[in-house]
Amino acid sequence: MRYLPHTPEDRAEMLARIGVGEINELFKDVPAGALLKGHLDLPSATSEMSVERQLAAMAAKNTAAGSVPFFIGCGAYRHHVPATVDHLIQRSEFLTAYTPYQPEISQGTLQVLFEFQTQVAALTGMEVANASMYDGSTATAEAVAMAARVTRRQRTVLSGNLHPHYRDVILTNGTYTGESFVKNDPQVAGEEDLASQIDDKTAAVVVQNPDVFGNLRDLTPIAEAAHAKGALLIVVVTETVSLGMVKSPGAMGADIVVAEGQSIGNGLNFGGPYVGLFATRQKYVRQMPGRLCGETTDADGKRGYVLTLSTREQHIRREKATSNICTNSGLCALAFSIHMTLLGEKGLRQLAALNHAGAVTLADTLSEVTGVELMTPCFFNEFTLRLPKDAQSLVEALTEKGILGGVRMSRLFPGEGAMDNLITVAVTETNTAEDFAAYRKALEEVLS
Amino acid sequence: MNRQGRPTQPATRAAPEGLSTFSGNKGLQLEEALIFEIGSSQTTGVDLAELPASAKSRIGDLARTEEIGLPGLTEPECMRHYVRLSQKNYAIDAGIYPLGSCTMKHNPRLNEKMARLPGFADIHPMQPQSTVQGALELIDTLAHWLKVITGMPAVAMSPKAGAHGEYCGLMAIRACLEARGDARARVLVPESAHGTNPATAAACGYSVDTIPATEEGRVDLAALKAKLGDDVAAIMLTNPNTCGLFERDIIEISEAVHGVGGLVYCDGANLNAIMGKVRPGDLGIDAMHINLHKTFSTPHGGGGPGAGPVVLSETLAPFAPLPFVVVTDGAYSLAEYAPEAEAQGAKPFGRLTAFHGQMGMFVRALSFMMSHGSDGITQAAEDAVLNANYIMASLKDIMSASFEGPCMHEALFDDRFLKDTGVTTLDMAKAMIDEGMHPMTMYFPLVVHGAMLIEPTESESKQTLDAFISTMRQLVEAAKAGETERFTGAPHFAPMKRLDETAAARKPVLRWTPEENASHSAAAE
Amino acid sequence: MSDLKYTEQHEWVRVKDGIAEIGISDYAAEQLGDVVYVELPETGFTVEQSGEIAVVESVKAASEIYAPVSGEVVEVNTVLDEDPATVNAEPTGKGWMVRLKLSNEEELATLMDADAYKTYLEGLE
Repeated sequence: MRYLPHTPEDRAEMLARIGVGEINELFKDVPAGALLKGHLDLPSATSEMSVERQLAAMAAKNTAAGSVPFFIGCGAYRHHVPATVDHLIQRSEFLTAYTPYQPEISQGTLQVLFEFQTQVAALTGMEVANASMYDGSTATAEAVAMAARVTRRQRTVLSGNLHPHYRDVILTNGTYTGESFVKNDPQVAGEEDLASQIDDKTAAVVVQNPDVFGNLRDLTPIAEAAHAKGALLIVVVTETVSLGMVKSPGAMGADIVVAEGQSIGNGLNFGGPYVGLFATRQKYVRQMPGRLCGETTDADGKRGYVLTLSTREQHIRREKATSNICTNSGLCALAFSIHMTLLGEKGLRQLAALNHAGAVTLADTLSEVTGVELMTPCFFNEFTLRLPKDAQSLVEALTEKGILGGVRMSRLFPGEGAMDNLITVAVTETNTAEDFAAYRKALEEVLS
Repeated sequence: MNRQGRPTQPATRAAPEGLSTFSGNKGLQLEEALIFEIGSSQTTGVDLAELPASAKSRIGDLARTEEIGLPGLTEPECMRHYVRLSQKNYAIDAGIYPLGSCTMKHNPRLNEKMARLPGFADIHPMQPQSTVQGALELIDTLAHWLKVITGMPAVAMSPKAGAHGEYCGLMAIRACLEARGDARARVLVPESAHGTNPATAAACGYSVDTIPATEEGRVDLAALKAKLGDDVAAIMLTNPNTCGLFERDIIEISEAVHGVGGLVYCDGANLNAIMGKVRPGDLGIDAMHINLHKTFSTPHGGGGPGAGPVVLSETLAPFAPLPFVVVTDGAYSLAEYAPEAEAQGAKPFGRLTAFHGQMGMFVRALSFMMSHGSDGITQAAEDAVLNANYIMASLKDIMSASFEGPCMHEALFDDRFLKDTGVTTLDMAKAMIDEGMHPMTMYFPLVVHGAMLIEPTESESKQTLDAFISTMRQLVEAAKAGETERFTGAPHFAPMKRLDETAAARKPVLRWTPEENASHSAAAE
Repeated sequence: MSDLKYTEQHEWVRVKDGIAEIGISDYAAEQLGDVVYVELPETGFTVEQSGEIAVVESVKAASEIYAPVSGEVVEVNTVLDEDPATVNAEPTGKGWMVRLKLSNEEELATLMDADAYKTYLEGLE
């Protein structure tokens, strides 16, 4: 087996040094009846070439996004990732290091985390950010729990236009914590009245911007309503590229900002691994979940970085920790940070502008098709259309024509009849004018 | 004589005492400033298309007007920044990384290559299911391998890492107990447990009751039985445990917990020692997470991502979270919502994450498993245990082994051998850094004083182990001989000296600010 | 310092005019190492004897501090927010943590005086 260095002679010598005759003597504490006699009922060891062949055959059964006109979003977005990013994250020293518990030989990872935290704080318009969570959805659930700790309140108001999977993660995490949740129905158009639902027992109100349909809203009035009652505003961003163009959540009054960072530096990967961004105000830092990297100096007075404020974490505080998270999304955070460094402010703004311009063009083009109506007047790179027929059969028909045209809202909101004819369409810089033309043509054909 | 070329001058002297360089660099060790100090907001390393002149805005009055504060670097500058930073990291690719409980083994690059196939890397979680049949097949195939390896009938694939898997397992346990109409209140956790265990129990609304260890470093069965009662929801134990020992009473423990109507959660962090040797399903376990990033070598990436699928017993299987893969007549689909799941007879406790789990890690783990095959998996576990016992046998005469062996895949020592030397466990770890080795896990588990937990893994050759042992012996002898200066100031040769963690925690500086930059420039002048 | 009374968990209390000042002993400060943060209660918080009143953190540890006596918090030492090292420098002086309005003076009789605490510490070693 190519990964195992010992020869039979090595093993014999080592057993002799240990003072046992055969390997199973080292397993003598395993109950005798439970020790396996033969091998597991699985295939035997195989060559690199054979593994490649088998896995490539599975991969070939999938339609890669890059091989078709592709317009699916709803929490994960197909952006172009520069080749430099993938090269750098495969550097041995980043890829095959552990969590930086020995700072003297982990300054590479630690400095990256410090830069990442600074980038995330800047992007969200907040004061501090942590070193990443698993993804946007788990970060959101952690934010809800944190708001309960900060406010010592247990009631959370959830916008109906929150990605329903995010909502479900929040509800699951809150099942046995004594928290209560005020749920709202989704509204593709029109303002939700969240402000009137915030009372003086409310810990937080959770709003996604752009929301699951693509709507952009000014959250300042909700922030003001929350703060008037001593509640926190949690803003969820599932398309981080939007922050290159849209007023930051911090500028709108957010107290905690959580985001899915996948769009920057990370591929679609069928849903993971992704990278959760988590940012808040300095005064709440001791209630934050997750790792934090901080600046300090070494014994020679040289600037360096360490993991800090660990007393919040499970390995010290155990059942009183702010979260049980340990492993996070280190390498995805690195990819995010490298891509963001390549973009810089200028590049990010340009990228966002291109995404928006493309989405506006496609929204205008598709809403010219008879019977198709644009439901989201103000959006970034994703919008929702109402179709003259059910979206499920449309998506299927488009797929047959080789176009992955968006997410039917009945998949995200099953059983809600009002969603049957809605499709949410995402556009990124990877889409071309030919993609747009192909989409329009296919849509006309299917609807005619 | 007609000679061409230059003269050779052999170096004859070591660097003079106290010599420093003008740049602060030391040969290949290059200093590197922060991106905020070397980049600018007007620089970019990405060539993007021009915006069409006809572009219209639909963001109303929500346009971002304030500066963001994000520096950019051109591509060559960016490459250099991160390559220089990478060179300040130790890595398993560079040398032995014997962090106990972390299973830092070789990360085959085949796995990276497979995870990057566009058919896996470039597919969207909300694509029509007809276009991702191969992805669902891969998840189902990996699930099969995990079920066979653990001897368990079901597996929940979506947890994002080990602690998330623990949460999944405990939530399934709680949902099962609630369904019986009896949620119960307490979770028993051995004192040697990972911190994630009590943190997870608390997140599921349970109180934590600690079980002491015996003199032999195992769960105290009598103490456990004394704590059992009809309010015990579960025990969370680790097997092999964090002392590197197999819990030989495991079957009796499971029976005792089941006897009072509780369930058995096993922290699977140490599966590497027993895969292909013994199946948790034969030990009475109801739920166990599997750290794919440990046992199945999806790289740790400097802190993640991981993946933590949870195998479940028949009792718990119906409560697995959404979404999950369903196979019908050779076609794959996803149960994403409760009605779809209930149609399968399931009662999912909820949803743990937006999508279907860590697909990128699934591909890598399956690639690793297929490469090993059933024979290689058993061999890897045996070699991991062999290597740990070899270290134990080679060091126990001069270091203090905490418990009687044999150990499983990690060897636990404590600091009794350092008594009166003036050298601590921390000092020993830092001196190992000077020797070019990553230190072992220190001060964990908490059940022994000044713990040193060494997990070599199956990836290390005998030659590497012999070199490690030889260096450790010399360090121990130096400590006992009173060479304290070698230890107390260590590391002397790493890119950084010891860092002031107290200052970092007292006045946390968690991000760069322009003001800080100004103070650094002032200090330099 | 005969005006201090001690608990077995190494808290001390000093009573003056019905107000109990609370902190941790020199021994505890030494054991904790460099204190990096003290989590203090809000004024108005009431605590029973032996109830949790504060948390003292060093880099790698967090320790709960228990009230030696019952009472209502009337003042906390805000100096510790800025300079937690005061706990190490003057644990029984400027490093005090909380002042309580004493609700049951009889509880003081359950605590050790300085001599008894000294003997208690010797027994620990």
